[in-house]
Amino acid sequence: MLNRHELLEKHGWLLSVAILVVVAIGGVVEIAPLFYLESTIEKVEGVRPYSPLELKGRNIYIREGCYVCHSQQVRPLRDEVERYGHYSLAAESMYDHPFQWGSKRTGPDLARVGGKYSDEWHRQHMIDPRSLVPESVMPPYKFLLENQLDYEHIEADLKALRAVGVPYTDEMIENAKSDITTQLDPFADDYDAFLARYPKAQVRDFDGEPRKVTEMDALIAYMQMLGTLVDFETYQAEENYR
Amino acid sequence: MANTRVAQRGLGTDGMLIALALGIGVFYWLFVAARAVDPLMSFHAYVFIIGFTAGLFGLVMYATTPPAEETGYQTAVVKAGVFASTFWGIAGFLVGVIIALQLAFPNLLYFDALGWTNFGRLRPLHTSAVIFAFGGNVLIATSFYVVQRTSRARLAGGLAPWFVFWGYNLFIVVAATGYLAGVTQSKEYAEPEWYADLWLTIVWVVYLLVFLGTIWKRKEPHIYVANWFYLSFIVTIAMLHIVNNLALPVSLTGSKSYSLFAGVQDALTQWWYGHNAVGFFLTTGFLAIMYYFIPKRAERPVYSYRLSIVHFWSLIFIYIWAGPHHLHYTALPEWAQTLGMTFSIMLWMPSWGGMINGLMTLSGAWDKLRTDPVLRMLVVSVAFYGMSTFEGPVMSVRAVNSLSHYTDWTIGHVHSGALGWVGYISFGALYCLVPWLWKRKDLYSRALVEWHFWISTLGILLYITSMWVSGIMQGLMWRAYNDFGFLEFSFVETVEAMHPYYIIRALGGSLFLIGSFIMAYNLWRTARGDLRAGEKRPVMAPQPALAE
Repeated sequence: MLNRHELLEKHGWLLSVAILVVVAIGGVVEIAPLFYLESTIEKVEGVRPYSPLELKGRNIYIREGCYVCHSQQVRPLRDEVERYGHYSLAAESMYDHPFQWGSKRTGPDLARVGGKYSDEWHRQHMIDPRSLVPESVMPPYKFLLENQLDYEHIEADLKALRAVGVPYTDEMIENAKSDITTQLDPFADDYDAFLARYPKAQVRDFDGEPRKVTEMDALIAYMQMLGTLVDFETYQAEENYR
Repeated sequence: MANTRVAQRGLGTDGMLIALALGIGVFYWLFVAARAVDPLMSFHAYVFIIGFTAGLFGLVMYATTPPAEETGYQTAVVKAGVFASTFWGIAGFLVGVIIALQLAFPNLLYFDALGWTNFGRLRPLHTSAVIFAFGGNVLIATSFYVVQRTSRARLAGGLAPWFVFWGYNLFIVVAATGYLAGVTQSKEYAEPEWYADLWLTIVWVVYLLVFLGTIWKRKEPHIYVANWFYLSFIVTIAMLHIVNNLALPVSLTGSKSYSLFAGVQDALTQWWYGHNAVGFFLTTGFLAIMYYFIPKRAERPVYSYRLSIVHFWSLIFIYIWAGPHHLHYTALPEWAQTLGMTFSIMLWMPSWGGMINGLMTLSGAWDKLRTDPVLRMLVVSVAFYGMSTFEGPVMSVRAVNSLSHYTDWTIGHVHSGALGWVGYISFGALYCLVPWLWKRKDLYSRALVEWHFWISTLGILLYITSMWVSGIMQGLMWRAYNDFGFLEFSFVETVEAMHPYYIIRALGGSLFLIGSFIMAYNLWRTARGDLRAGEKRPVMAPQPALAE
């Protein structure tokens, strides 16, 4: 056996191919089944694509690197379920390109932060975290309130996401730009149609500055919807054990 | 100039191809700059234009200089790599100290007007600077050195190694400026966006070809063991990089893209990549360094050829499976978690196979640990490798992981590997390379190596012990219940409890940074040819560089 190793030691291309084969196996066996095993993603009601404003907020969350300190994944452990809420389901991030499960909790988990704090709390906490939580080590994000939200090309974002598998409809893409302002205005004409497109979406001005569409609006809209889509009253945990 | 009689080097096929590629690149990026849909894209278009134009300028300079005898080994690109490694090392450690201080003193080190210096943007800068800028340059430089010596052949591809060196460092600049400006796809250790990923892919393929080309030219019958490890690093990183970065750009003239995968599939693809960035970038690549520099420095042959074969193949086969241990108790199906845990525990054995092969190479030369601080640094790095590859399998056990995950214990574990193993084996290699490359009799000062060694060892110990305590403590506090059956601590109380450990960690990191400054000074004086007066030096055996 060891003598045959000589063959690999004398042929660079053969050694390269052998390495590639050996390192490909593990990934193929572990990752590929996740794409076709039906049990991978639970069957639940309520998970929908992000509204354009929520999507913009999510992209700001990514841009600022929030995921380096905040996880979005509640583990099925007693203390976590009590601290954060129902454990996370795979279905809840099925439209997340990319996922935001995180790897470190320098700050708390955010998978179910939606609805836990008021918009005004979030706004103040972003401007100056230590004004509300003196022991916090979070950086300040006051500039989000000063930055106008750039959503000129939002349709292109929805189209790209549709191409990778998120079920955005033509109607959603057509209305993408106006849906941003609709979600910020409870008296908008398109209110009902918007809610039909994005059930459970929260419609109001989020950053306390109704005349401006800021990055703070988008980020708080995203915060406030996190973990709120699935109705756990009707969720059948036993049927989805894997 | 063309009419004068001064002989010029001109450009061979290699130079012409690179010039053509860079020329096309300049026009492509000018087009992108003109049509960019977001300011970040046009900013990076200009970075590429400046980089490519500088490359073209360099080619012209090269072509118009008088020809030099091109005999022996290509050492200039290795020298450049030594310089880049030292520079990026200090830069990466410095950013690490800054973000450690931000967590210790948030009131002092965050500024409303400087959002781009917030922790979230600096942390990827730190990780990429130390892993890819420092570690990557060390790997490219040492692989170019080692493959030439062990093949007894000059680097293949003419100017292609220079393309790899500058192209890789251009990628680093694009990545680093991108993090500060807010360009990220949020996949840890794979943050750069799609266009930077494509550029790295081109550079990496050329790197593979240069490396394989040199092996094909070899005058030795066998491919040396260090080169198996380098090859597995280059091949596997190519596979991981391409698969994990599969994404659809929103616009071909925009910086944003969306990952091809979502949720659970995306998570496992990312941690398959993430763990094997550790496995193949920070492990097999640096094991290659171990397999060349420790035998060379100790003047002893590798302990066991058979062990090299067994642990090489088992290590690269098993490592790939270990990714799911980053996703214990998450929404990843349990069968995948269990597979990941099982292989992570199995990984302990081939890891220690490498450690044993490295350490036992000192058989009959253990006394040199007393007299040669460089060899001591190399050997202590292997000891740290053994320690962190034992700790890793322990932490991959689901029950342990339920406590350790999301806490500073992980950070401490990573740093015992990164500072102790990767850092020390790299420093050791740099201390060997500079006298060899610049053909100096010895380092400027061995006493300064001693100082570097002890200051940074103290730093590492402070770092990892403080993170053990804070990580385990925070994990226990999160799950603590009071007598009434309620959670005992709010989240922020556990943050408050971290404060003293964050200060100790920052102190440990600072000591490590100071050590790297000492090294930079020592290397610089060595390259200049200085010898510190009054130091007792052992009689040096002739080095391979002089024997050529």
